[in-house]
Amino acid sequence: MAEAKTILVRIKRQAGPRETPRWEEFSVRWRPNMNVIACLIDIAENPVTSDGQKTTPVSYEANCLEEVCGACAMVINGRSRQACSALVDHLEQPIRLEPMTKFPLVRDLVVDRSRMFNDAKRMRCWVPIDGTYAIGPGPRIAPERQEVAYALSRCIFCGNCLEVCPKVNEHSDFVGAAIVNQVRLFNMHPTGAMHAHERLRAVRGPGGIQECDNAQNCVKACPKGIPLTESNNDVNRQALLDSIFGWIFH
Amino acid sequence: MSSTRVILIGGGLAGLMAAIRVAELGHSVDLFSVVPVRRSHSVCAQGGINAAKNLKGEGDSTWQHFDDTVYGGDFLQNQPLVKGMCEAAPGIIDLLDRMGVTFNRTPEGLLDFRRFGGTLYHRTAFAGATTGQQLLYALDEQVRRFEAEGKVRKLEGWMFLSAVLDDGGVCRGACAVSLRSGEVRTFPADALIVATGGIGSIFRQSTNSVACTGSAQSELFQQGVHYANPEMIQVHPTAIPGEDKCRLISESVRGEGGRVWVPKTPGDNRDPRTIPDAERFYFLEEWYPKYGNLVPRDVATRAIHKVVYEMGLGIDGKSMVYLDVTHLPREMLTRKLGGVLEIYEKFVGLDPRDHPMKVFPAQHYTMGGIWIDNENQATNVPGIFAAGECDYQYHGANRLGANSLLSCLYGGILAGPAAVKHAQNIAKSAESAPSTVFEREQKRQEQIYERLRAQQGDENPISLWKEMGETMTQHATVIRYNKDLREADAKLAELQERYNRINLADTGRWGNQSLHFTRELGNMLVLARLIVQAAVLRDESRGAHYKPDFPDRDDEHWLRTTRAEYNNGSFKFQFDPVDTSLIPPRKRSYTNS
Repeated sequence: MAEAKTILVRIKRQAGPRETPRWEEFSVRWRPNMNVIACLIDIAENPVTSDGQKTTPVSYEANCLEEVCGACAMVINGRSRQACSALVDHLEQPIRLEPMTKFPLVRDLVVDRSRMFNDAKRMRCWVPIDGTYAIGPGPRIAPERQEVAYALSRCIFCGNCLEVCPKVNEHSDFVGAAIVNQVRLFNMHPTGAMHAHERLRAVRGPGGIQECDNAQNCVKACPKGIPLTESNNDVNRQALLDSIFGWIFH
Repeated sequence: MSSTRVILIGGGLAGLMAAIRVAELGHSVDLFSVVPVRRSHSVCAQGGINAAKNLKGEGDSTWQHFDDTVYGGDFLQNQPLVKGMCEAAPGIIDLLDRMGVTFNRTPEGLLDFRRFGGTLYHRTAFAGATTGQQLLYALDEQVRRFEAEGKVRKLEGWMFLSAVLDDGGVCRGACAVSLRSGEVRTFPADALIVATGGIGSIFRQSTNSVACTGSAQSELFQQGVHYANPEMIQVHPTAIPGEDKCRLISESVRGEGGRVWVPKTPGDNRDPRTIPDAERFYFLEEWYPKYGNLVPRDVATRAIHKVVYEMGLGIDGKSMVYLDVTHLPREMLTRKLGGVLEIYEKFVGLDPRDHPMKVFPAQHYTMGGIWIDNENQATNVPGIFAAGECDYQYHGANRLGANSLLSCLYGGILAGPAAVKHAQNIAKSAESAPSTVFEREQKRQEQIYERLRAQQGDENPISLWKEMGETMTQHATVIRYNKDLREADAKLAELQERYNRINLADTGRWGNQSLHFTRELGNMLVLARLIVQAAVLRDESRGAHYKPDFPDRDDEHWLRTTRAEYNNGSFKFQFDPVDTSLIPPRKRSYTNS
């Protein structure tokens, strides 16, 4: 007689930013191809801990569930990653789920990553167009160049690269590799390049590229395989050149 | 020119496009989204966006695009609007290109185009296999620029609850709840644009994102906004079946040469790579020689159903078929389809470059939606506009692949200025709405939440949601029988009744996700009933709506838009004529030429 296989999930709970964290353990019925999100849905359906205590459903962020929206980042068995692509069969048990630590905690596994979007705004990460009117096609771009840009533009703002970065901490306001990579992306674009100086000035400012000490954790944590260290080095070089020669052009 | 304020609900492609247009005209935008807008479901669109640029010397034209779209939709569209969209498409691609979308390029540095379903032309511009992501990002960045200029205010993490309507039935703003703090608040505005996308959550295991619940559409419907063609639900032929969701494998995989097949012998459980070509059944190519694997989605989905359920040829006797790209050059696969193949690799654990993928149809898109007029995305309620998947125009009874990103953008382009025009009129003609209108709506919404918190019983929202999803997927997707649909409606009525006995394990305010989900669930149930009731009424087969008991299209009776009005818990249906003034309806068949 086959016994139903179960999975143990330990979750670090915290009811709010000022509450005390606690751990709760849940036992979830195993099914093939399960991911961490499926476990969390099960827990929401039956919010009872493995020792029979009634509790509240666990708060977490998730949206696309195919690792392209960036929402469900959390620390799983000590590693910062997306929960949707964390398949249960590949994880050691009990599975430990914790919120990311480099962002303000909201509740349970939910953190506030809005600083990333604010930093993107500060670094002027966009192509400034004249308007949405019909003013003809965009610039021609060589396929090789498109391929480099495409790889950079797949960043999902998950924040895993910030979570693992030693320079993102209480004592430094480093924007992190994701944002530096955006600066590189927009400086590459023919129209974006016309405004590279603005971005480079911003990325030399507070929390800028000078904070990066090349630990290279970011590139290993990136779920999209973005060459982040390459981007850091490239933007560092651009920023240096801009600081030396920028005044000639501006 | 007086500056007005427009509220936008939803920050996917349609919402962002509308926001850009409103801000560009010098007006203020309050942009509400349940998720940070960059995480909206548009991010999941993979294959591309259609525009008849005719850069491949094929003689493609915007008229041909228009004809393919109307034919693909089985003639249920109001044609002038579709024609406008197809004519605008090449310019929209130029705009996206200028915004910096990393579209794939030809050796000459021009935009590359691929083939997609329901057409014989290379008409689909693409950025790898994550086109929606790239488009969404480009628009997100433009909106961020307006945000930096103070023209757009983002309210991310706020969920739309209802429109604020004055005593004359005119929209004066919106009521929303903070998903973080639980605070319910009203926001005044001179116009409201809804761009809240799909409703996949109603089917539970769909290709949609978690946020695609249709709750906003349902809420507006219950407030008097009409809803059209709810029965038109698209089931995509190729997705990876999954428990938390079905992950889409883009049509572009077939556009680039992917082939769908099953072993000819039932139960043949050999490693697919060892099954010789002669023992494989490439059923789409055999049944539809001209379009082959690129027949429209409704046709491909029904073919897969037939092969699996009628002929018993599913892989290992299960509900799955092969989608095979192992014969294609690896370098090309990585360059053009990397993003989607990666999904298969990560979630199934096998590299599709070496192993044929196992796929099955899954709910994907809703052609129907909020009723809007034939000109400028206006609903029947003054001051409320809709754009994107949540509106009902453009796709008729079946959407062609790579037309959705286009209709989102086109709808947003129209809705923005239309909302501004309305807003300027109202700002001029009427004094500001009395504060009692806002207080009344806020109170009503707070009471709904209080009731949910106080409810006693033994029901759980997730369990009810699962039951709803099973019912809908089973009876209201690919094959429909009136008897089953009626049973489904009875089941949904039972779920509505049990809904009142939901006992929330968490009754707090802060970050209480199950509370807000339960709120949405109530709205989902209303929309689910609307879908099945409308499906019962349409006794014909057209596009995605297929009834074996009524296997043919019946233009005489059913070349009509289903239009529903909410009436105290029940629905009132009317059937409007469809504007087919440009292309006379003709028989739709992809079997021969």
